Parts: sequence; structure tokens; C-alpha cells
Amino acid sequence: MTTDVRRRLVVFTCFLVTAVTLVPVVMMLLVAFQSDAESMAAKPSFWPSSWHPENLTRAFDLVPLGKYLLNTVYFAAGTTILETVTAALAAYAFARLNFPGRSWLFGIYLATLMIPSQVTLIPQFVLVAKLHGIDTWPGMILPHAFTAIGVFLLRQFFLGIPRDYEEAARLDGANRWQAFVRVIVPLAVPAIATLAVFKFIGQWNNLLWPLVISNSDATRTASVGLQVFQDTNGTQWNLLLMAATVTTIPLIVLFFLTQRWFVRGITMSGLGGR
Amino acid sequence: MAIDTAPAIGVAPATRPTPRWRNRESLTAWLFILPSLIGFLIFTAGPVVAAGVISLLDWNLFSSPTWAGLHNFARLGPDPTFWSALGNTAYFTLVSVPLTILVSLALALLLNLGLKRITIFRSLLLLPYATITVAVAFVWIWLYIPHDGLVNAVLGWFGVSGPAWLISDSWAMPALILMSVWKSFGFGMVVFLAGLQAIPQQLYEAGRVDGTSPWNSFRHITLPMLSPALFFVVVTSVIGSFQVFDQALIMTNGGPGSRTTTLVMYIYRTGFENYDQGYAAAQSLVLFAFIVVITAGQFLFQRRLVHYDN
Repeated sequence: MTTDVRRRLVVFTCFLVTAVTLVPVVMMLLVAFQSDAESMAAKPSFWPSSWHPENLTRAFDLVPLGKYLLNTVYFAAGTTILETVTAALAAYAFARLNFPGRSWLFGIYLATLMIPSQVTLIPQFVLVAKLHGIDTWPGMILPHAFTAIGVFLLRQFFLGIPRDYEEAARLDGANRWQAFVRVIVPLAVPAIATLAVFKFIGQWNNLLWPLVISNSDATRTASVGLQVFQDTNGTQWNLLLMAATVTTIPLIVLFFLTQRWFVRGITMSGLGGR
Repeated sequence: MAIDTAPAIGVAPATRPTPRWRNRESLTAWLFILPSLIGFLIFTAGPVVAAGVISLLDWNLFSSPTWAGLHNFARLGPDPTFWSALGNTAYFTLVSVPLTILVSLALALLLNLGLKRITIFRSLLLLPYATITVAVAFVWIWLYIPHDGLVNAVLGWFGVSGPAWLISDSWAMPALILMSVWKSFGFGMVVFLAGLQAIPQQLYEAGRVDGTSPWNSFRHITLPMLSPALFFVVVTSVIGSFQVFDQALIMTNGGPGSRTTTLVMYIYRTGFENYDQGYAAAQSLVLFAFIVVITAGQFLFQRRLVHYDN
């Protein structure tokens, strides 16, 4: 096979595979614009025979979708900000400072990494219920804002920053806090951003915890809200899939804006075959 | 005697008291750790210990708990739903993990064939991974509509009459698996792509000079060099698939019967629909034990198969 033929074959295969892969995403978009009758017909159609952009406003009228999306932003942003800030502080101490008990405390952090979140689900629920945190923002956010994974990831990265950089700042009279804020954090922006993106995407996607903790529109997130949508309206596919599209788009946009960090984060974590 | 004392000059005595800067460093360290530690103790470490305690209680959340000893664990034995949930989870894991790995590896190899426009395809192929699970689960219900859904329409072109996927005893689980593979292959693909691009090209050139076939160079160069990435993806996928919940809840709600009830879904039902917190906690600890045993097994296996270049 000549290189040219081979290259065309590769491109063709890529096109084909990508096209097949994208079918569900395209369907979500197409059905979202179909008329009620068409989307609920016994024989589903592919291409909308008429376009109904007003489905967008109808979806927002039918359920408080805007509120749900805003709630999702609160939940995802709240957990992400708390996690990255506290994890960066702790990771710095674990990576750079000496104190008695450092290794066993870090060991305890590490040990919890393998524990599935379902194990802590019930005690966390009980705790939040006892503190009257059901359906409140602290109750939603706090239990998911302090995980060992963030501390672990950032510590790995901090260990790789040459000590000299920090020593230089220390010689210039900076204390630990100043060295952390002015030297370490700026150098660690890619790692912190990677952690933040992973966390935000994970929480935007989270279903189980909001399902358990939020029980009114005050805190209901979009992932839970989509279900309510189906329950209250039968299966009005066009509006449901319009709502699904609206819920997914912010995540896709965020994902593609931060894809470089995401990919670099994967390479950086030493998985590049080293 | 002068000789004996001389080396001591300028050398700190071994038993000097802890200097003040050391205490200060400890204090600083604890201040840095404290915000994370408080949250970690209250919301992660504490609940893990509490799960152990709750599993020993009979408790419906509303009345005061009573001591049950190991009764909740004993209940697991004769509970058919638990065993079928465990079996369903194992089925899901055993099929979806190898399938996801094969698909992501095949796509990473395809994208790695040296295309200039690789980032376009990579971005588009990452799209399923970037979507919200609950939302696309609804799309898949729609695609799986029994008679004329897109999946069955395509099968119809080939003369196959497709099953009523999500309500079929034998096809509901494969339908869930297909959707899950579609949703998650992007992550593995990116990891493999990173791994493939780190393999030195000289290795392949040397192989080509010796007349190695493409299959052999894949087996003897690519696979060993990729094994750390492979190991990482296997471990994370297994842990992830043991916790599958979202798509099962939306697409089948555990049915038909309990054919697609996974362990996590059963934990959720037991704890938040039947309010049987002690039993749910016992189930979650069993889930944890399985994950630990399987992950430990993988790490033992890794010693023999994973090749670290150092």
C-alpha cells in the first residue's frame, strides 16, 4: 500500500468512527427541535420535519431549568473552590514542611483513596441530617469538598518543583505563606487548574449525592431535575432532550476550553509510558 | 585528648533540644493542613468509621437505633437481590472494562498513525466523555425504543430484528454496557494516546530494520511500553464500573425485575427507599471489600506484567 492510500484509509476510518460515535449527541440535538407529535410518534424520525426552536423556552417554562442550572453551578463551583484551596494548602505542607506525624497522617489520607464514596454516603447523609443540612448549600457542598485525591495530586506536583526556587524567596525574607503564594502557587497553576477542571466536571455530573440531599427546587441540580422532568410530563422527548442538551452544553464548553490542561494533567501524572 | 574534642567543634551535638525554628515549622505545617484536615476528618475519615458502626445497628433513621451485631452481614447470605446485584455488577464489570479498553486502545492507535489533524478527531471523540451522564442516558433510552428506535432501525438494515433492549431480560444489561462504553472510552483513549506518543520512535525503527512484522512490533514494543497506562486505565475502570449507578437508574431503574440492579443501586434503595441504614452500610462495606481485594489482586498481577522503564 502506498503511503497516500494508507493515509486516506486512516482519515476515512477516523471519519467513520467519529460519525458513528457522535450519533447519540446529534440525535439529542435533532430531537430537541422536533414537534411534540413527531418526537412522541411510535416511529421516531431522524431529521425534524419542522424545526421548533421555541422548545427551548418551553423547556424552561415547564420546569425551573434555569434555577436547576444555577444550582448546579453553585454546587460544582462551591466544591471545586473549597477542594482546590484546602488541598493546595495541605499538599504544600505534606510536600515541603517537616512536622511530627507527617507520614502517618498522609498515610491515612492515602488509605481513604480506595474507599468508594458509597461507603461514606449513608454516614454523610446522617451527619447532614443531624445538623439540619438537608436541602441547604452547606449540606450539599461541604461533604464533597475535602477529598484525599486533591491533596495527593497536588503533593505529587509540588514535590517536583525545585526547592531552590522557594529557598531563594526565603533568603529574600519571605515567610512560608509568602513563598507558597508567590512562588509555589504560580508555578503550580497547571496542576491546580487540572484538579479544578476534574473536580468541576465530576460534580456537574454527580447524581447520587444531590439525589439524596436535595429535595426541593431550592438546591435541586440539573442532573436530578431532568428526572423530575420525565416524571411530571410523561416522556415528552423533544422537551426532555432539549433540557438535556442545555444541561450538557456548559460541560462540553468547559471541557473543550480546558482540554489542553486535562490532557496535560494526564501526561503529567506520569502515565506517559514512563 | 585534644584530638578527641577537636571534631566536635562546629558540629551540632546529637542531643541538642529541638530548635525553635523546628517548632515553628511544625506549627506552620499544621496551620496549612488544618482547613483540609478538619473537613477530611468530619466528612471522609469520620464517615468511614461511622459506616462500620452503622453496619452493626438496626436503624431506619427515624427511631433510635438498636444494636444488631453482625446480623446485617448475616442477612446478606439469604438475600437473593443482593447476590443478583453482585452478579449484575460483576457482569457489567467483566464485559464493560475489557470492551472499553479495547475500544479506547484501538482508537488511540488509529489516531496515533500520524495524522496532522489528529486534534480535531481527538476532540470530537472526547465528546461523549464530556457529556453529562444523566442527559445522554435519556438519549440512549430514545435510541433503544423497541420497534423503530435508531439502534433497531440500523439492525433492520442488516435483516436483524433487534430486541426490546431495555425491557428485555437478556438484553437490558448489554444495552447498559454499550451505552457505558460509549460514554467512557474517551478517557482511556486520551491516556493511551499520551502513552503512545511517549514511546521512542527509534524502537520501531530498530524493529523495522530487523524485519519485525507490525503485529510483533505491537506485541513486543507497543504493549510493554504502554503497560503502565494500560494498568492505570484498568484499575480506574474497574473501580468505576463497580460503582455504576447513574445510567442504570435512568435507563432501566434496575429492571426488568432486578436484572440491572447494581450494587450501588441496591445500596441506594436499601438506605433511601427502605430506610434500612444498617443493612445498606453493611452492603457498602462489602462493596469496599470487593474493590480492595480486586485492586490488590491487580497490583500483584501488575508486578509480573507491567513494564516500568527505569
